[in-house]
Amino acid sequence: MSETILQVKNLKLYYHTSKGSVKALDDVSFDLAAGETLGLVGESGCGKTTMGTGLLRMPTPPGRFEGGQILVEGRDIIPLPEREIRKDVRWEKVSMVFQGAMNCLTPVYTIGKQMMETLQEHRGMEKAEAQELIKEYLGYVGLPADVTARYPHELSGGMKQRVVIATALFLKPRVVILDEPTTALDVIVQAQIINLLKKLKKTFDLSFIFITHDLALEAEVSDRICVMYAGKIAELGSNEQIYGEKGPAHPYTERLLAATPRLRRKVESLSFIPGTPPDLITPPMGCRFHPRCPKAYDRCRVEEPPVREIEPGHMAACWRCFE
Amino acid sequence: MSNGIDGDVILRVDDLKKYFTPHQGFLQSFGKVRKVVRAVDGVSFEIRRGEIFGLIGESGSGKTTTGKLVMKLIDPTSGRILFNGRDVTSIGQAETKEYRRQVQMIFQDPYASMNPRFKIRDVLEEPLEIHRISGNRAERDTRVVRALTEVKLTPPEDFMGRFPHMLSGGQRQRVATARTLILNPAMLVADEPVSMIDLSTRAEILHMMKDVQRDLGLTYLYITHDLSTARYFTDRIAVMYLGRIVEMGRADDIIDHPAHPYTRALIEAVPEPVTGKVDEVKELPISGEIPSPSNIPPGCRFHTRCPFAKEECRAEAEPELMDLGGGHYHACRRWKEIG
Repeated sequence: MSETILQVKNLKLYYHTSKGSVKALDDVSFDLAAGETLGLVGESGCGKTTMGTGLLRMPTPPGRFEGGQILVEGRDIIPLPEREIRKDVRWEKVSMVFQGAMNCLTPVYTIGKQMMETLQEHRGMEKAEAQELIKEYLGYVGLPADVTARYPHELSGGMKQRVVIATALFLKPRVVILDEPTTALDVIVQAQIINLLKKLKKTFDLSFIFITHDLALEAEVSDRICVMYAGKIAELGSNEQIYGEKGPAHPYTERLLAATPRLRRKVESLSFIPGTPPDLITPPMGCRFHPRCPKAYDRCRVEEPPVREIEPGHMAACWRCFE
Repeated sequence: MSNGIDGDVILRVDDLKKYFTPHQGFLQSFGKVRKVVRAVDGVSFEIRRGEIFGLIGESGSGKTTTGKLVMKLIDPTSGRILFNGRDVTSIGQAETKEYRRQVQMIFQDPYASMNPRFKIRDVLEEPLEIHRISGNRAERDTRVVRALTEVKLTPPEDFMGRFPHMLSGGQRQRVATARTLILNPAMLVADEPVSMIDLSTRAEILHMMKDVQRDLGLTYLYITHDLSTARYFTDRIAVMYLGRIVEMGRADDIIDHPAHPYTRALIEAVPEPVTGKVDEVKELPISGEIPSPSNIPPGCRFHTRCPFAKEECRAEAEPELMDLGGGHYHACRRWKEIG
């Protein structure tokens, strides 16, 4: 087994609002091996993006860590001073492509100037040297070097996304968090970007955390899949364990998969999950999914299921799965 | 006819074109000739009564502009839109108002399409006021209750007093649907109605829309980029590329036996939730991105990205839609060779 590069242990991250504490991440644990892609999947509000920014140790205010550890190459980054994080962790070891990042490029600067900023800030690089590096990285993401002279509005969505990906790789991070990197793109461009990411992962020996709500897309990119529900892990398993013949273990994953429309298969009726995810200020007692779960029984309503290994490498938090 | 395939034609769109001329500054007026954006460039189709017709395409394909033209939110550059056999492109204000009562729209963003200060009751009553069908309080209430019941927001009394922010995305899209139904429309134009709804409840909304369509005998024009929901939801599909329809037919025919290289590429690119694909690099039959509609390639407009394109595709006139039989049309002159 290859080295574990990132480890999340019992992480709790709450948003403190006037109405109470939103338990966006509540006791979440997983690890990421070098060269691996781990998928984080779930409905909106399940804590996927909170996890992403949490791993960079920059929770969106009013979010705060309330416990647990984030070990990057074995070192817990939560207690580190901000200076240390900037110098050694954020963008340096762990970088991120934010959701809708391609729309965050400044419209008044050329692509080259925006890319240069990162290098000058972090590396204090000379202009000429930085320009060489920018051209090299544009090549990696399949863009011509003259893109540097252009403004964001002159590029298509796919091209902007390539620029953002190149920028995320500049400082040679080991882990890249990709938050819905293809959601705003058309399906053909999406496939192109996914191919590119797979190629870059090999070239730079990267590990990915791939965040999306799209289970079908996750199947094509992630070695292991972590299904989140209401701030907790519902199921975590290999691609085969989640998408294989046998089907997933947790009823939530099962229902989510059934609700994913399949293009190549004619279905008479698509299923859906009735109800909505719970309020995370006062989550339901017992299993957080029980109000929407077709398999819930008495125990699920009162006792919260722990995340337990149900077969080698396959975790689930469901009383039904433990039977 | 439940699937509406043999119904009479409710909407016919005839060689519809919409060109936009970009705004030009004073200094630019000395420069080169401004480029016209040909957003919709000769689109024709028919929707039969009781049918769900899907317009599919990437961004920049002209699908939304076509929807806006059908809604008469913008005027076409040329071409005709016939509703129940009558040309509605040149009708006056009063008639337009009546047309809009009969053809209603569901918007993409359920968060932005409702006044946050209106209670659900007010949201639903507003169309009645605009169209002066208000009647008295009791009568309006009856209509509101009926519309909410139709979209399964029950008990309706529970929802009437709430504000939009108290509802989930799915519930709002139900309210948006109820708002269209309150005017007894004949047809709904739905532009990406579920793309902002969570995957787990997306099917629920589509079910609801289908039930409403069946119960009330409505016709839908469903505009989307998502082939997977289109296959499930629609009877027929038209695939648009750069302002033109490149393939049209029954949803199952199009997806199981696509004739046009563009449709094939679209289908190829859709991910499937099955295991064993992580180490694969997907072979994409087409490269690049959709060209700008202000700079449409000559000949077949798809030739710049088509893996099968030959000299003739560039040099000869743009292919028209050809009939493959069974109501399946495509616009590729080389389809026989590429099999």
